[in-house]
Amino acid sequence: MKSRLLEIHGPRGWAIWGALMIIFAFIVPSLVPEQYALILGKYCCFAMVALAVDLVWGFAGILSLGHCLFFALGGYAMGMYLLRSVGTSGVYRSELPDFMVFLDWKELPWFWRGFDNFWFALSMAVLVPGFVGFVFGYFAFRSRIKGVYFSIITQALTYAAMLLFFRNETGFGGNNGLTDFKTMYGYSLRDPSTKAFLFSLSVIALGLAYLSCRFLVTSKYGAVLRAVRDDEPKTRFTGYNTLNYKWFAWTFSTMLCGIAGALYVPQVGIINPSEMQPSNSIEAVIWVATGGRGTLLGPILGAFLVSGSKSVLTAAVPDLWLFFLGALFVVVTLLLPRGIAGLAQGPLRKKAHGH
Amino acid sequence: MVTETLTAPPSSPPAARREKSSDRPSPRKVSDERAQQIREKRKKALLCVDDISVSFDGFKALTDLTLILDKGELRCIIGPNGAGKTTLMDVMTGKTKPDKGSVFFLDELENLTGLSEHEIARRGIGRKFQRPTVFPQHTARENIELALKTNKGVLASLFGRYTAADKERVDQTLEEVGLKDERTRLAGTLAHGQKQWLEIGMLLAQDPQVLLVDEPIAGMTHQEVERTAELLRRLTPAHTVVVIEHDMDFVRSIATDVVTVLHEGKLLSEGPMDTVQADPRVIEVYLGE
Repeated sequence: MKSRLLEIHGPRGWAIWGALMIIFAFIVPSLVPEQYALILGKYCCFAMVALAVDLVWGFAGILSLGHCLFFALGGYAMGMYLLRSVGTSGVYRSELPDFMVFLDWKELPWFWRGFDNFWFALSMAVLVPGFVGFVFGYFAFRSRIKGVYFSIITQALTYAAMLLFFRNETGFGGNNGLTDFKTMYGYSLRDPSTKAFLFSLSVIALGLAYLSCRFLVTSKYGAVLRAVRDDEPKTRFTGYNTLNYKWFAWTFSTMLCGIAGALYVPQVGIINPSEMQPSNSIEAVIWVATGGRGTLLGPILGAFLVSGSKSVLTAAVPDLWLFFLGALFVVVTLLLPRGIAGLAQGPLRKKAHGH
Repeated sequence: MVTETLTAPPSSPPAARREKSSDRPSPRKVSDERAQQIREKRKKALLCVDDISVSFDGFKALTDLTLILDKGELRCIIGPNGAGKTTLMDVMTGKTKPDKGSVFFLDELENLTGLSEHEIARRGIGRKFQRPTVFPQHTARENIELALKTNKGVLASLFGRYTAADKERVDQTLEEVGLKDERTRLAGTLAHGQKQWLEIGMLLAQDPQVLLVDEPIAGMTHQEVERTAELLRRLTPAHTVVVIEHDMDFVRSIATDVVTVLHEGKLLSEGPMDTVQADPRVIEVYLGE
């Protein structure tokens, strides 16, 4: 296994990866102004979601239009910890989080227990999305739900979850969500050094997420996954239990989203049900399509470029953003079916794909 | 003759089986007795399709069909369109669940009915489709590697690697199907005939006991047809081969053993090629056209 891990890149690949990690995790935070570090940190989280979507869509042919649900679940788990660590310094000076006092709740709901502990919350940020993905994946893949039907169900799932989280009774702060965080692991979230640290952490997490995806897709497992994408019945007749292959990739992908969400929330300072909006998940799909599905660097690049344009455009001409996004999707679909990464691979590979 | 043993099975065991299945024992165990019976009757039997019926929305694709394959034989199955040939393959490979009847693997005395496609494939039944189906975005070599008989579980494929012996087998198979020089090409870019060969190579790598081949020469040139005929003959008796084919000339050229004729989902005739060809019923529905 150790050597399999080393094999996923050539020496040059490892050198580039290491250099990028050092530059972005350790040098960039001290160079760029605080607000840009915050934005870049957010983008790193988005890029992890893009990787997660790409793993199931680009490599296994499973198009999820609800991946931000898992992102939000991870975010909520972290948000719960951050809110618990506010302690009695909230507006109402109560043991309970502010929104619970406001709703006149007398004690902490059972599912909030344990979230005082950072490590518990962190594990939940991975395990809860993973569990939801695990159960959903089992039923969907076992019933052999595929293609557009699967996509619609994922969309419905995230929408249903959003409506659920909008309700005050659900116990996660209703439509305001969780906010007004103060500290994380004892460090003030306002402190520039905490922010810089969170940014570095996001860069490192993205780097590790990339490596783990690279490990998956370069293994024999990855070859089987692509076989499932291209011809699932044939893969079954070849002796592979395709259910398990898809299930594993899917669950892994949802956990990756959970980690991204958990890193995202302390940086932006809020998590609310609008993160589960179907349009967010569709945007994640656009990152992957723009960058190039079926590659790993493409979606990362796509997440940065599209989110970057969003930040610029929504600040300059807010009304144009959705038009831009729509146009981008049309242009990419028509002219760049294999995304930006497809451009880099050049006409040689294109010829190889023709029939 | 072979045909004798293939007459409808005695009526009591199926009835008994149905009674038993009501108290839900494991499906495999119940049918062991039946498998045993068949095996006792025919020592050489390897695979048995026992009294199978399949219908789709009222259309009877197969009716009470019984078929026994001997170890190492080359069986040709012919029949006009809609005779149920492909449905029969679907049943044998687990793609279609029969309404009635069972498929037995007599080597292990095992009932294959109800197993999923990958489980049946792992037990050694390989299938070649009518149209060449290879993985178009994998190289020819990767296609063979995927098919290779190894541990096909998720964990094994995550951490496992191909051994030197595996690699050698892949090379051998590529050579055998004449694709050694094309090994790094994406399978989608291969010529039609080469894809057929690649698919046959994948089956060889899978090393199945039983090879089901659906219309192997569709779209092949004359030369390729000859090579295919030769290869199919060479595969037996190490493997048991079932060929489904339309082309009578081709069947005539490879049928050394038994030929089975299907018609409207039923067994019409079975025996050596000469006998079958002389059968008036066969002439009427198929050859006489």
